[in-house]
Amino acid sequence: MSLVVTPLQWLVDLPSRAADNLSGVLVSRTTLLSDNERLRTEALQLERKVQQNASLMAENIRLRELLDAGQRVDEPVRLVELIGVNPDPFQHEVIINHGSEDSVYDGQPVLDAGGVMGQVVSLSHYTSRVMLITDARAAIPVEVNRNGFRAIALGKGVLGELELEHVPDTADVREGDLLVTSGLGGRFPRGYPVGIVGEVVRDPGQQFVQVRARPSARLDKSRHLLLVGNKPQVKEIPAEVASE
Amino acid sequence: MSEERAGGGLIIFGTFIIGLVLSQIPMPDMLIWARPAWVVLVLIYWVMALPHRIGVGSAFLLGLVMDLVRGSVLGLNALSMTIIAFLVLVLYKRMRMFPLWQQSGLILVLVGINQLLFHWMQGITGTTSDSLLFLLPAAVSALVWPWLFLLLRNVRRLFRIA
Repeated sequence: MSLVVTPLQWLVDLPSRAADNLSGVLVSRTTLLSDNERLRTEALQLERKVQQNASLMAENIRLRELLDAGQRVDEPVRLVELIGVNPDPFQHEVIINHGSEDSVYDGQPVLDAGGVMGQVVSLSHYTSRVMLITDARAAIPVEVNRNGFRAIALGKGVLGELELEHVPDTADVREGDLLVTSGLGGRFPRGYPVGIVGEVVRDPGQQFVQVRARPSARLDKSRHLLLVGNKPQVKEIPAEVASE
Repeated sequence: MSEERAGGGLIIFGTFIIGLVLSQIPMPDMLIWARPAWVVLVLIYWVMALPHRIGVGSAFLLGLVMDLVRGSVLGLNALSMTIIAFLVLVLYKRMRMFPLWQQSGLILVLVGINQLLFHWMQGITGTTSDSLLFLLPAAVSALVWPWLFLLLRNVRRLFRIA
């Protein structure tokens, strides 16, 4: 039914898209040259990292074979663009320009260059809504990258703040720890950065430690987002089994 | 006569669309709480000016579109806007007599009621907050009202919508 308002969403996005195009046209030669230079060095550095990556990946696969553990598969990723933001300050939602016609599915994880943004919560034919991880309804299973301590990060309805729930007093969580997705719960793939622990308050009067984190994705700035994963084809397997 | 009416309908429809777009345009974080309730304001104007054409039914349809655009539970905006349209239908004879600043005072109350109803119903469906910031749009709407009123009245006179 929200197909009806899709043209309206395009219309709302039109000015910012036009401004983007305009600033693409009206850019000075020196800026382009310096950008080019910077991107070239960046590409070189990333290539160096990738070189190491290949050997590390091979090593990882060998070790996993030794352990008889399952292989880690590389998830397919698709670039999408943000076309709208929910104006309601109570709901941290953005609208992206892909929908069920582009085989986006409910619950699909969304990333940006910095880390996890959120998940798809409602689909239209050509657009879909993404609930950000800071929304008051959102929760995401995480682990501390340093020691593998698992917790659940809750959104609080405040942009730029997450809270870890039910962290015992003895848990080893420090300021500056990187939180990554733990992959538990089966919704977000494992190992993507979620946030950085900003504050750990140990109050002897409280049962649990208060741990606040900053999301590492640029939730309010990114315009280009990544959709991770393919539509799960769980439903098709029983049909094949039934036909055999 | 009938042609004129149809044309007028298109203009009214256009103002609602502009209101919807204005209610969706991204705003800086500081101003996000202070966005005037554009659609409600436009609705109040048309109900006040043409109560025989724009009434509770149009308000309900408009509310449904609002729900789709905002992604809220279907019917939240529809209900609160229906109630606002009803209140204006009761009050429009008095509102037309009021000077602009007094109209603004009434807008403060009407949009406040709209925000309060919407906030309550949103609270039932799960999203809550304990601050009273959600009433800020009512104050901003009251400040915007005189200009919007004059603008829409000029539009109405220019296209002779009756």
